[in-house]
Amino acid sequence: MTRVTLADLSPGDSGVIQGFTLPNESQEALARFGFILDTEVTFVRRAPMGDPIVYAVDGSEVALRAETARGVLVWRLPGGPKPPLA
Amino acid sequence: MHRIPSAARIQTIVLIGPPNSGKSTLFNRLTRLRQKVGNYPGITVEQHTGVLSCGGREFTLIDLPGIHSIRPYSEDERVAVEVLTGRAKGVPPPDAVIVVLDATNLVRHLALAAEIVVMGLPVLVLLNMADLLHKRGGTVEAAKLSAELGAPVALIAAANGTGLEAVENFLRPAAIQSPPMLPPILQDPPQCRMWVARTASQAGYRAPAPAAWTRRIDGVVLHKLWGPLVFIVIVGTVFQSVFGLGQPASNLFQDLLSRAGAQAAAQLPTGLFRSLLLDGVWKGVSSVLVFLPQILLLFFFIGLLEDSGYLARAALISDRTMRSVGLNGKAFIPLLSAYACAVPAIMATRTIENKRDRLAAILIAPFMTCSARLPIYALLIAAFIPERPVIGVLLGSRACAMLSLYVLGFLAAIATAKTLKSSVLKSTGVPFVLELPEYRWPTVRSIALRLIDRARVFLAQAGTVILCVSVVVWVLTNLPLRNGQPPALEQSIMAHLGHRIEPAIRLLGFNWKIGVGLLTSVVAREVIVGTLGTLYGADPATHAMSLQDALHNDLTLPGALALLVFFAFAMQCTSTLATVRRETNSWKWPVIQFLYMSVVAFVAALAVNQILTRLLG
Repeated sequence: MTRVTLADLSPGDSGVIQGFTLPNESQEALARFGFILDTEVTFVRRAPMGDPIVYAVDGSEVALRAETARGVLVWRLPGGPKPPLA
Repeated sequence: MHRIPSAARIQTIVLIGPPNSGKSTLFNRLTRLRQKVGNYPGITVEQHTGVLSCGGREFTLIDLPGIHSIRPYSEDERVAVEVLTGRAKGVPPPDAVIVVLDATNLVRHLALAAEIVVMGLPVLVLLNMADLLHKRGGTVEAAKLSAELGAPVALIAAANGTGLEAVENFLRPAAIQSPPMLPPILQDPPQCRMWVARTASQAGYRAPAPAAWTRRIDGVVLHKLWGPLVFIVIVGTVFQSVFGLGQPASNLFQDLLSRAGAQAAAQLPTGLFRSLLLDGVWKGVSSVLVFLPQILLLFFFIGLLEDSGYLARAALISDRTMRSVGLNGKAFIPLLSAYACAVPAIMATRTIENKRDRLAAILIAPFMTCSARLPIYALLIAAFIPERPVIGVLLGSRACAMLSLYVLGFLAAIATAKTLKSSVLKSTGVPFVLELPEYRWPTVRSIALRLIDRARVFLAQAGTVILCVSVVVWVLTNLPLRNGQPPALEQSIMAHLGHRIEPAIRLLGFNWKIGVGLLTSVVAREVIVGTLGTLYGADPATHAMSLQDALHNDLTLPGALALLVFFAFAMQCTSTLATVRRETNSWKWPVIQFLYMSVVAFVAALAVNQILTRLLG
């Protein structure tokens, strides 16, 4: 397991959220979509122009800009469960 | 702080939960259509009330608007909180609460359940769409979650009615007890998030995998190469249809409206009253009503895009580009809609949650070249610009002029957006978060409801603000009376006002007739064409000419170009102003917008006329 940011994951990778380097207000906004501590997040794909990035979190797919994703620290899961039926 | 009602006294139950949690489906199932829909006093939030029969008793069930949190950010949330705390006017204070959460997105809304539990009323938590959760490999243990929350929790599927016996059990007299208080961690957001994380894991929650077929469709729709291609095809088709079908539909509708007017005219005795009704009220209101087909057509397509789930993908694809002017992807479709009409565009900005981003989109939307500008553009271009090839047969000088006006409006919008977003509407730290919902087939019902709602809003404006402005314009053009008869237009107060402002607009190369046109077109931009037709028709010097020739003789080329530029920028549209007022819930923004756009229009027209007059003179 390595500690990286959400933006550093590759498509298909999963990570478990360990912390945030974002202001409290942004953390609150992300929490509304299920980005909270100990939650597993999967990098699904990039938008056609490369940014924002689509993540699977809490049963949904949610897109964040790379600048925001860089503020979410995760443990990269080894091998990571492959995104189902991708 | 709250009274705990004894079970026998429970009468009013509220149903609360986040949007899309299946709350309305459950409400319909529990009340079996014994319900009524009204509005909360003074606001546009709908109030759904129904009767729930259970164990031989009847309860009042209130379905609250979908909310994310009980900290009120939106009007919906404010209403929900007022009802919950018994402070809403005309709504009995609730005796018990049923919280509905989407079991497939449990983490994000656990805090809402906790917030409601600590309010102290008896609470039942229903985890809806449990069937979907299990089908997609997710799990949650209701009993463990119940222990964590201190309230009964049940898994249900409202769509097919499984698990609803939990509601009966909850309402059985013996079952209701005062809930234990959760520790007061909810006031502190970071601690609250920790609590959610811990509770979710204690309850053995595993989120389900997102729908596989949605991911497969996205594989194409968000593909590096195919994605933008699909985007262009879809957006192109929508706008081709809005213009292709919208124009004939508007013409047909206009025909119907004027025929209805003529029919009514035949029934009424001639005189001032008939003139007020027909030339004032009916003409004014129908000059705005003709936009209804186009507005509805646009909303039909926006509805298809939104309900199918593609709207979010379009926002995702366009975010990168929109970011360069300080906006985000969610503003793309609304702003594109503004090319047809700013009214639906401004209503469509409701999908932008961030208040400042939404306001910026609302403020720049009227700069986009809407279809009401086309009549005056077409008239002036035909009158002043000779048709010459610019790029071979591909682009003529007239098309080129038209295109320049589109570009001009677009540039004004971008410049305004950049200015706003780097000053008064600078984004707060809130990041751009975009949920990509599952693809679904849009339902006829949902699209129809949306169209009815939007038509109602638009007609309400036509019936109030636009009606008033039309009547004022009519009064000014029909006074002072001469021998009990209304004066010719050139002797009316309106003409007098036109002469009054002539010194100011002379600098722009306009005369008093144009001045009158500017004044009457505050109702809607295309009204100026009719006004100029009347004025030049009444003038013996231009009586025999077509309006095009009359204008050609009466205006200079710089003056005509200045008028085009004026219309590119000016906010000559009462419907838009009324819509902005409604959507921002204050007169402040429409007034600022009107002043700003008028000043920009005046200065730009002044510059065009003065510079060109010197260059050509």
